[in-house]
Amino acid sequence: MATPLSLKELSKKEVLLTAGHRMCSGCGAPPVVKMVLLASDYPVVASNATGCLEVSTCISEYTAWKIPWIHNAFENAAASLSGVETMYRSLKKQGKIDKEIKFIAFGGDGGTYDIGFQSLSGAMERGHDMLYICYDNGAYMNTGIQRSSATPFGADTTTCPAGSVVPGKLQQRKDLTKIMAAHGIPYVAQASPSSWSDLMKKVRKALEIKGPKFMNIIAPCNRGWRSRTDDAILLSRLAVETCYWPLYEIEDGVTKITVKPKEKKPLVDFLKPQGRFKHMFAPENEWMLKQAQEEVDKNWERLLKEEAFTASLETPKE
Amino acid sequence: MPKIVAVTGNEAVAEAFRQVNPDVCAAYPITPSTDLMQRFASFVNNGKVKTEIILVESEHSAMSACIGASAAGGRVITATSSQGLALMWEELFIASGTRLPIVLGLVNRALSAPLNIHGDHSDGMGARDCGWIQLWSENAQEAYDNTIQAFRIAEHMDIRLPAMTCMDGFIISHSIERMEYLDDEVVKNFAGEFRTVNPLLDIEHPVSYGPLILPDYYMEFRRAHAEVMSKVPEVVLSVAKDFEKISGRKYSLFETYRLEDAEIAFVILNSAAGTSKDVIDEFRNKGVKAGLLKPRLYRPFPYEEVGEALKHLKAVCVLDRADAFGASYGPLYIDIAASLYPYKEKPTLINKIYGLGGRDYLPEHAELVLNELAEVAKTGRVKTFKEYIGVRE
Repeated sequence: MATPLSLKELSKKEVLLTAGHRMCSGCGAPPVVKMVLLASDYPVVASNATGCLEVSTCISEYTAWKIPWIHNAFENAAASLSGVETMYRSLKKQGKIDKEIKFIAFGGDGGTYDIGFQSLSGAMERGHDMLYICYDNGAYMNTGIQRSSATPFGADTTTCPAGSVVPGKLQQRKDLTKIMAAHGIPYVAQASPSSWSDLMKKVRKALEIKGPKFMNIIAPCNRGWRSRTDDAILLSRLAVETCYWPLYEIEDGVTKITVKPKEKKPLVDFLKPQGRFKHMFAPENEWMLKQAQEEVDKNWERLLKEEAFTASLETPKE
Repeated sequence: MPKIVAVTGNEAVAEAFRQVNPDVCAAYPITPSTDLMQRFASFVNNGKVKTEIILVESEHSAMSACIGASAAGGRVITATSSQGLALMWEELFIASGTRLPIVLGLVNRALSAPLNIHGDHSDGMGARDCGWIQLWSENAQEAYDNTIQAFRIAEHMDIRLPAMTCMDGFIISHSIERMEYLDDEVVKNFAGEFRTVNPLLDIEHPVSYGPLILPDYYMEFRRAHAEVMSKVPEVVLSVAKDFEKISGRKYSLFETYRLEDAEIAFVILNSAAGTSKDVIDEFRNKGVKAGLLKPRLYRPFPYEEVGEALKHLKAVCVLDRADAFGASYGPLYIDIAASLYPYKEKPTLINKIYGLGGRDYLPEHAELVLNELAEVAKTGRVKTFKEYIGVRE
């Protein structure tokens, strides 16, 4: 029987990413990884793209991972894990292994949206039985906060600094979750560590489904977001409540918003506590706030319509 | 009983892969190795092997998947050429640095630009220092034999390094030759069971692969890699001895042809060695003491053994089917020069760049070089130390 998703029961389980790793204090990524691994009652083998999570959890003879773990390079967490998963199938078919093992890849947004995108797309298309988890902090944080295609509109980063001529990033983010859904894979979801139960339910569901699965999980980075060290969970909650980061899943093509904010908060509530958006509050950049809000509204409306539309496509069960 | 067949180089290597029967193969098509993987894919889809094949979306992912699969704990193969190997470059170092005994069939082809699909050694030479074992092959038979031996060498418990076998694109990969296949059982027994070392799939004993290692220990890892490389020649020779027992064919670190009493000689890799041997025979008939050395184990390079084999000669021409731009000489020449450097008495060494992008290497090219070598041996004078041959001026 699966461990009930209650704090009481979960607290009895072993944490598979140990303390003593060297992630920054207040980083959103380790809680995400811990939740993902706690959600699984199966043994997990993980791969990890080069990035903060990787460099800080396995240095020289120390490792924070209590599960089998492989880091290969930056752009190939998916391809590497597809090799591990294929060897598993081969050995299982040959009767050399009998355990049920689950395979999870972890990558940051740089290693997932950008340089690892082809590797991810290929692995998903090939149908490997694996779950890819992107912990999205919206920039290349490990190398010092450079712009990625996941960086939100307007953000100040070290490669698109808010200057007097160019006021930060002028492009919208790539909607990777939708792109992964367009692969026609059985399960795609977006989650946030602020809604731990929703996150863990999604991981569980994903692990029960055979085939390729993708989850995009927001993971605040106080260094890059220029926010307070203890605000990671608060900011990830504000991302959800402002509908900047809607919590939804797409299962077999049917979209379902899993957590609907009671009241949709204005985007500035999410932007204001973050220094990377500070320049957008200057009078001459008012247009940026407007444009950012419009983008969020448009995407949210579209998601609501998608939910209704895909529900209408479902054949009624006899 | 060994079977005499008429097959292409690609067919022969695919057959060796079938007989070894690996656990996982990752493949991406690229000329001229495409045909090798098509043949192997057909073995997979017709149940002739137990292998699970991953048809990846690039060579980078091919090598990435090979690394994942090998670390998971099993026997892994792939094949590629040219741009494909170039795209794998980053991963080649990770495969060797992680000590994963992957076997790669390299069908040598020129590198872009300009785009060219034909045989030369630029790809293999570009990857020569990436910590892999390289075995070079003159013909389909050698490509087949080297492929079978590569598993034993790479997987040897003292070694655990990836290995690539090289053969000339089109000239060998697509030409039909007479050769011998060993029996399936014989190859299977020779390759033996794959032995795992810290497999990822052993969930009872979790291991971490691919740590960050900073200046405190990185250098020790690199030196350990270098030390393992130095043990490879010994293993290559012992595997060759075992292989001779099952095949009757002798292999060493390199092949020498009429070299012992020679005064002048070629050093040349792969298929062009065949043409050169014919021309050497003609010159021998005319009383010219010519010979040849053909490297087989190119990485790690057996410097001492090669130096010993060449030191008595008067003049040697190293023929390179790739140039090392900006290095003055071709890559093979540089290695041969290093092999001979410790000797007080040593042959005069010249370098010819030939056959780039599939340009034919003809008997008349070999004749010109031998005539020049005879002149150098006689007079001790060299006109040019390095030049391109078979090229428009």
